[in-house]
Amino acid sequence: MSDLLFPLTALAATASDLPAARLSALPPATRLVFRGRESAVGPAGIAFGAELPRQACRFKRSGDRLAAWLGPDEWLLIAEDADPAALIAEIEPAVFGLPHALVDVSSRSLGIALEGPRAAYVLNQGCPLDLSEAAFPVGMVTRTVFGKAEIVLLRETPERFRLDVWRSFAPYVWGLLEEARRELA
Amino acid sequence: MLIISCPWCGERPEIEFVYGGEAHIARPADPSALSDQEWADFLYNRTNPKGTHAERWRHIHGCGRFFNAVRDTVSDFFVATYKPGEPRPDLSQDDAK
Ligand SMILES: [Zn+2]
Repeated sequence: MSDLLFPLTALAATASDLPAARLSALPPATRLVFRGRESAVGPAGIAFGAELPRQACRFKRSGDRLAAWLGPDEWLLIAEDADPAALIAEIEPAVFGLPHALVDVSSRSLGIALEGPRAAYVLNQGCPLDLSEAAFPVGMVTRTVFGKAEIVLLRETPERFRLDVWRSFAPYVWGLLEEARRELA
Repeated sequence: MLIISCPWCGERPEIEFVYGGEAHIARPADPSALSDQEWADFLYNRTNPKGTHAERWRHIHGCGRFFNAVRDTVSDFFVATYKPGEPRPDLSQDDAK
């Protein structure tokens, strides 16, 4: 795999194995951005296979489909298995005629997972959010910043976070995370 | 770090936001009917108060939405934030400092 398409491959191969905060590059996934009015939100969720949450900063997962609230009319849809064109073909008929936009952004970002008892501590080296479970519970998602880069941050379990990072920023974010983990060695 | 309360996302660090100028400035319905001075007032002239100021902010590294805030330009204290389209809150009762 070329470094241009998968800039994290070489970095991930040399990542130090630190169980306190394990870092891994996630496999490629289909990502769609759905924006729409209220009438289109329900049908889109049914067709996608995971409900689009109305509650701010929450995601819903069903099987390998994940729908994340990014804004009051904006959701990020992640599907680990499906082909983007096939997924769009599944959703579009359900929202035909309803005001919406459905855009394939699969290649825009890369997924990074950070897992372990010190995962939140490591993230806080570059992210200013309160990552206690009271303020950032499991099931929460938000766009935020990590260092100088914008990321989408999801908490999948108390100790596992998923980051969605714009492709060209991924080596930078990865490097900062590695730097932050060094003291745990 | 200054904490700003997004009307959708709640309390967030200031570096997720960008400033968007004075709020509640409506584009004139019929610009060609305005004098040059009136048009210049719409485009450029702002109230620039010392004290509470209604202004636009955008939660750009968050939900991406614009909203309005009342901020004290002396203390940098955010008195209130509210969604676009909502009226400027009446804060005359509050201790805004
Ligand atoms: Zn927000």
